[in-house]
Amino acid sequence: MALARVQLPAAAKRGEVVEVRVAIKHAMETGFRFDNDGRVIPRNVVTSIVCRYNGDEVFRAETGSGIAANPYMQFYVVADATGEFVLEWIDDAGERGMERAALTVTA
Amino acid sequence: MPSRRQFVAAIGGLAAAQLLPALASAQPDPFAPLIASFTGGAPVRQGRVTLDIPSLADNGHAVPLLIKVESVMSAADHVRRITLLSEKNPRPVIATFHLGPRNGRAQIATRVRLNGAQRLMAIAQLSDGTFWSGSAEVVVTTTACLDDS
Repeated sequence: MALARVQLPAAAKRGEVVEVRVAIKHAMETGFRFDNDGRVIPRNVVTSIVCRYNGDEVFRAETGSGIAANPYMQFYVVADATGEFVLEWIDDAGERGMERAALTVTA
Repeated sequence: MPSRRQFVAAIGGLAAAQLLPALASAQPDPFAPLIASFTGGAPVRQGRVTLDIPSLADNGHAVPLLIKVESVMSAADHVRRITLLSEKNPRPVIATFHLGPRNGRAQIATRVRLNGAQRLMAIAQLSDGTFWSGSAEVVVTTTACLDDS
């Protein structure tokens, strides 16, 4: 099982714009490389990274082999309610991953 | 009989007329078909999009990159999509990002692979349907080689 990570502040004021950083441990195999026997190593990259905040999609990236290994994304979200932040990703081999983080919003 | 001066001017004009279109068509914009598929043919204006990338990247396997779009990110006026295009990568569309008013700030940072020194372009679609672009040049010392095994 591949590892993934979601980092955001544990608490924020309502309406504050918080920084979210997500990272996925993934080789992002391009499909352009060869193994020692000269065979093409099949392409296997993360194709979709989706972040949901309390069930609503707030960020989506369609990615390909142009994203470096162990894809890392940093973006922002408005903290409007206490809840859960969920990262979901899927790769060419059909492997999926999910990671959660909690965000507490204070008045 | 034309004078020597007239003759030289005529020859020069002829050469320029033949050379200039050849020069223009020799280097077609590599982004044009990619932009068209993203915008659906809508015009793209320059500005509002900033692409922050080191001008000299030592390692093309992971180059840090920051895309910023000038937008208030309100429900009425926000960035909908951003696409990141590469001039020389074998797959020129590096990524497409989907944003919305809940992001609060139109800024994304990530790390990309680059196959050599090139120009990168980011195009943003705003909620009013307009498209804006920004580009940056980067020199890459070690490319993310295709035959690297």
